[in-house]
Amino acid sequence: MSDEYENKSGYQAQSSETIHAQSSEAITGGGSGITPDMDYVRPAELPEQDLYHPHSFIEKWVFCQDAKVIGVQYFLTAVFTGVVGLILSWLMRLQLGFPGLAGFITAEHYYQFVTMHGMIMVVYFLTALFLGGFGNYLIPLMVGARDMVFPYVNMLSFWMFFVAVVVLMASFFVPGGPTGAGWTLYPPQTILEGTPGHGWGILLMLISLSLFVIGFTMGGLNYMITILQARTRGMTLMRMPLTVWGIFTATVLAMLAFPALLVSSIMMTLDKLLGTSFFMPTILKAGEVLEYGGGSPILFQHLFWFFGHPEVYIVALPAFGIVSDLISVHARKNIFGYRMMVWAIVGIGALSFFVWAHHMYVSGMNPWFGFFFASTTLIIAVPTAMKVYNWILTLWRGNIRINTVMLWCLGFIVTFVNGGITGIFLGNVSVDVPLSDTYFVVAHFHMVMGIAPLMVIMGAIYHWFPLVAGKMLDEKLGKWHFWITFLGAYSIYFPMHYLGFIGVPRRYYEMYDSPYMTSGVGLNEFISTAAFIVGAAQLFLVFNIIKTMKTGKKAEQNPWKANSLEWYTSTVPPEHGNFGDRLPVVHRWPYDYNVPGAEQDYLPQTAAPSEVAHTEVEKT
Amino acid sequence: MSDPKIEGFELEKGFKGMAQDTGSDQTMFKGVHWGKAMMWIFLLSDTFVFSCFLIAYMKGRASTPEEWPNPSEVFALDAFGVPVPLLLIALMTFVLITSSGTMALAVKYGYERNRKMCGYLILATALGGLTFVGMQAYEWSKLIHEGVRPWENPFGAAQFGSFFFMITGFHGTHVSIGVIFLFIYCYKVFAGHYDEGKRGWFTKMKGDYVEVEILGLYWHFVDLVWVFIFAFFYLW
Repeated sequence: MSDEYENKSGYQAQSSETIHAQSSEAITGGGSGITPDMDYVRPAELPEQDLYHPHSFIEKWVFCQDAKVIGVQYFLTAVFTGVVGLILSWLMRLQLGFPGLAGFITAEHYYQFVTMHGMIMVVYFLTALFLGGFGNYLIPLMVGARDMVFPYVNMLSFWMFFVAVVVLMASFFVPGGPTGAGWTLYPPQTILEGTPGHGWGILLMLISLSLFVIGFTMGGLNYMITILQARTRGMTLMRMPLTVWGIFTATVLAMLAFPALLVSSIMMTLDKLLGTSFFMPTILKAGEVLEYGGGSPILFQHLFWFFGHPEVYIVALPAFGIVSDLISVHARKNIFGYRMMVWAIVGIGALSFFVWAHHMYVSGMNPWFGFFFASTTLIIAVPTAMKVYNWILTLWRGNIRINTVMLWCLGFIVTFVNGGITGIFLGNVSVDVPLSDTYFVVAHFHMVMGIAPLMVIMGAIYHWFPLVAGKMLDEKLGKWHFWITFLGAYSIYFPMHYLGFIGVPRRYYEMYDSPYMTSGVGLNEFISTAAFIVGAAQLFLVFNIIKTMKTGKKAEQNPWKANSLEWYTSTVPPEHGNFGDRLPVVHRWPYDYNVPGAEQDYLPQTAAPSEVAHTEVEKT
Repeated sequence: MSDPKIEGFELEKGFKGMAQDTGSDQTMFKGVHWGKAMMWIFLLSDTFVFSCFLIAYMKGRASTPEEWPNPSEVFALDAFGVPVPLLLIALMTFVLITSSGTMALAVKYGYERNRKMCGYLILATALGGLTFVGMQAYEWSKLIHEGVRPWENPFGAAQFGSFFFMITGFHGTHVSIGVIFLFIYCYKVFAGHYDEGKRGWFTKMKGDYVEVEILGLYWHFVDLVWVFIFAFFYLW
């Protein structure tokens, strides 16, 4: 069946030259003198991609098949949901810090805010932003492809996500309001009377999640296959930027974890609509037995967390990847232990499927299971710590530019280490049980999967904005933005650890006169004030973007002097097709900074070995 | 699937070759059309969906306090006045597996550019799928007549009906979507779209017989899943 390709025009177009059986690796590196074979790269295996160029405004900006436009669409939609999530968190902090000040926030509203804030931030904001936004924009550019392999389905993916967001937002306006069951949606209370939004709210939430999964699957297939099957010549897997590795592994996790979410959503929808009892045990309500009976609520928890834990890494791994690239570029130094970094990403991804029940220590389980899941959880700390050491070793003796991007990266390392260490506390069953329902957990997961990835997102925005918009963001405003956000975020979450230790329970609308509150009141006011300031500080970015678009300095090509392919497009910002007439040919990894003997302090991935024969470039 | 020929380049045998493939540039699966790779990954994801369903079923069946209905009684069919256990389901399975065979042949004839045979075999596959869905509809209506509902049934645990309708329904939806696409592809084969490389209606991509193979992968997967559903629902 090898004739599959041979009928396609353009295939093997470049293979007419004489080819020698030599891998490109064997001859990279300096010292051996210039030979014609030195720049050899295996001939093209793939035909030129057959791109469909848009013919109208709608095809160009609305139902667009260009991954870069889709990336921006994903980004903007996700940011919109993120703003909604931010406002909800403000309302919650208003209630917690100053109870009774805003009279319109009832207990029911508070639960709805908690639920919607959690779900929006985790799924619709962070996941969509990293994979849909950065994934779509960066994958084809970084691996040297003209577009995703199946642009039409990629377009559908965004619009499915868009519909999912519309359905989710619609739940704010239906009778009963959005669901208030907590973002984990644990049955049986989720769909029973007494929980806010137990009618329309939960239904729309489940439908929206199902649509999200379907839409994501369409996009995720594109990300995976573009990385696996459509790289440019010379771009081996071990020459890909770590950003691509992070997004790739996260996509694999998503493709295997979202099915559990889809299944649990379908089953709960049936429980709600048809009165099945998948998750519903026999329930007594006001002395009467409900229609439900015989189901297992624990089953839902297993399905949910089989999705939910990999979900943490779906958010974290792209952040790990992106931050590695940013640190390397702005410290002008190759990433320390590239292969180790790749295997750590893959290892964390694989392990993340064996730890889900650490979210369920308090649900009750056989002690041996707790033992097992505590062990796997703590093992994940090993590859994660490796990554942190490697980031620090990359910085060590680097030629560090203390610009906005670097500040966000350093902020990430600090918050991530902080959140990671509290994770070691919570991974142990006996420590987790007393801390489980307290603010300690809130502090932990906001540090590790809220603030830390957010720092990376901000750094990535400042880093790639010149590529997307062709203008440089203002550094001064950027630094104000960073310092207020960083110090403010610490002011919010650091005291929460203490609140957790004194036993303040999470998800409570008000503490009333409980003994916790003697030392908690002032702290809560402080946290809330910080939260308002940090949220408002994000306006620095909005203002910065507006100002830059109006009066900003035009970005030169490759302003950061980076090596990876996205900076070597034919135009800035890149147009449809990315690379002009000829796709780039890759000869090295993207981390050749400050190579001894080289004229500049960076060697682009496209620099051929003969150009750098006099340098001491390492074999990559 | 063979490697596209690259002069002087020999893939080493076994694990070394695999590592060499994986580590090389451009593609990881040498000579594999991207669409085929994409379908494989999708099927992997879909496998997880069905696994979650079936594991949930096992857990639900194990933990419900009421007795589970006896499948050989519930699914029996009266043939000439004698209740034969699993008769209908045996027929359904036979039809579906046969349609997998015709699909495989359609792929073969497609690559041989034998338009007619390819088209007829896809049509046969589609009709097989349609028969399967029809028989499933008959089975559902029979059970509904006997009082089986998603929320209750006269034979025992309520979860029996819940899981049965949900999982066979989800699988039946897969078969139905497959049947729709089979009819579309059947038309496209007969109209010669794959020979001319005519562009798709929506995707605007050039047609190629590899699409028949991709749909074939999906169809075989749906059959394979049915074997597991069959085993877990009707034989357990």
